[in-house]
Amino acid sequence: MPAIRFDQVSRHFGEVKAVDNVNLEIFNGEFFSMLGPSGSGKTTCLRMIAGFDRPTSGQIFLYGQEVSGLPPYERDVNTVFQDYALFPHMTVQDNVAYGLMIKGVSKAERVKRVEEMLELVRLPGFGARKPSQLSGGQRQRVALARALINHPKALLLDEPLGALDLKLRQQMQGELKAIQRRVGITFIFVTHDQEEALTMSDRIAVFNEGRIIQVGAPAEVYERPASPFVAGFVGTSNLVSGEAAKRIAGSEQMFSVRPEKIHRGSVNETPGPDMLWVDGLIRDVVYLGLFTRYMVEIEGGSDLVVVEQNLKTTSMDVLAARGQRARLSWHKDHISRVGG
Amino acid sequence: MLKRSSTYFYNHPNLVLALLLGPPMLYMLVVYLGSLFVLLSNSFYYLEEFTGLIVREFSLRTYVQIFNPANREIFFRTATMAAVVTVVSALIAFPLAYYIAKFASRRLKTWLIIGVTLPLWSSYLVRVYAWKLILAKEGILAWFINVLHLDGALAWLLRFEGIGGSSLALSPIGMFIVFVYIWLPFMILPIQTALERVPGSLIEASSDLGARPFQTFRKVILPLAFPGVVAGSTFTFSLTLGDFIIPLALGNSKYFIGQAVFSYQGTGGNIPLAAAMTMWPVAIMIVYLLAARRLGAFDAL
Repeated sequence: MPAIRFDQVSRHFGEVKAVDNVNLEIFNGEFFSMLGPSGSGKTTCLRMIAGFDRPTSGQIFLYGQEVSGLPPYERDVNTVFQDYALFPHMTVQDNVAYGLMIKGVSKAERVKRVEEMLELVRLPGFGARKPSQLSGGQRQRVALARALINHPKALLLDEPLGALDLKLRQQMQGELKAIQRRVGITFIFVTHDQEEALTMSDRIAVFNEGRIIQVGAPAEVYERPASPFVAGFVGTSNLVSGEAAKRIAGSEQMFSVRPEKIHRGSVNETPGPDMLWVDGLIRDVVYLGLFTRYMVEIEGGSDLVVVEQNLKTTSMDVLAARGQRARLSWHKDHISRVGG
Repeated sequence: MLKRSSTYFYNHPNLVLALLLGPPMLYMLVVYLGSLFVLLSNSFYYLEEFTGLIVREFSLRTYVQIFNPANREIFFRTATMAAVVTVVSALIAFPLAYYIAKFASRRLKTWLIIGVTLPLWSSYLVRVYAWKLILAKEGILAWFINVLHLDGALAWLLRFEGIGGSSLALSPIGMFIVFVYIWLPFMILPIQTALERVPGSLIEASSDLGARPFQTFRKVILPLAFPGVVAGSTFTFSLTLGDFIIPLALGNSKYFIGQAVFSYQGTGGNIPLAAAMTMWPVAIMIVYLLAARRLGAFDAL
């Protein structure tokens, strides 16, 4: 039985279809990400699982139970909010213990379990502080502890890392994933950051304009994007269509190829039998430290992005490639037909 | 020229501060605190009974006087009225303030706030006397109660010793109704402002963690809106304590603090006693605010 199932769920706000006929199954114990640009319906979906919002039509099942009509306080899920939503008038201890206090758990038991939780999120001894005395990253951890202490059937995370700086965000990504493995609870993670979704998730649902465009494991979504939107939104992608597509791959159907899959060689090189290739002019070179990005204008006018790891070259060498011609080649298995 | 002076001010921030704060500080010190000080010092003079002249010497004689049974009764009557008016105003104001702050659309919010403050646009005296007519024996309220066949209930209510009277207009109940009406905006607005600052996500978080609406109200909304309630009750409480128009226009012949002060300093010619009587509300408000701070009303500020 899936942990959560959406059955033809729609949520309309007047004329706006925030969520439009979504069908979805999320499995027990998985780290599931809802990825999409702002306004794509991912947060509305999360809010409907939590009970803050109700579907206009369709049904939502939590472990087989239909929950669309249940208020948030009768659903066995907990949420980590984007702004953390810590109660400013309570200490960290009281914040984390809130769910237990509501359930009527004894004070002694509460203190014990809060300490365990603070241990888990690596904030031992912070119980007496007020949220205003904590940094953003620490508030984040308290919010996580407050939700997890109730042992929910699913943990909902609404862009929880959005307000943190890059270093802290990457650290928290690793920690969240580790905590999820340890507690074994289903995590549903809403984000607009494709890298975050790729790093952390077991599966990803890509949202656009209220609909789910593709659901799959990170590698699947990345390597085999189902539509031009997914190809463009998850990672960078080169979309080739029309005349150029026909000349390279033998069909006018649009295809995508990832920048790192493309080999940049000299124009006298002969690509192997399973390779697709095209010649172009290197218009621009951007040195990015870890790798270098080349913008190559191919015959037919469109640009292909090629990235190469900086294994040996120095920045001077790579910049010298600007204005030169190159033969770009890639294995025929590395293209995805994205329709259109 | 303009540019040069702004650069000069930029380099002398203390001067800017002095220019901005000077006039209001001067006003506060001289007019505001100064008059309070004059009041306080007058309360330590006393009225010589035989000559009817004020003796300008330090004495606690007047303070002994404000504790005599008649004045004590005035004080308790007024404080009770102020407390009841405050509690009832808070009970009426809270749901309305909550609706304005958390549910009303932007447009509706504007109209509701205009609605709440609208009575303040017209003269207080006119409104009090309008209520005198509404509450009169032959007034519109009595007529309406008659239409509802509730005369019996009204008569029963007016028979109560201490709060009743010959009609609503001539009873403490009528006074209470008018007090609540007059001061309600001063309760609604601070509570609404306080609630406005409570993020919706806190309310969602509470219900997400299993709290039913009433628990959320008690554990999250009320504590966070409490500073607003305290601010509002400071207004309703102190305004009721000091008012003399409403007890004059409505109610029975029993004095309230404001009336007592009014008559002591006027016909009575006993300014020291009037001054000492006004120290009652000041003392009560100080105690009230200290208690509120004790309860943590200002922690979230």
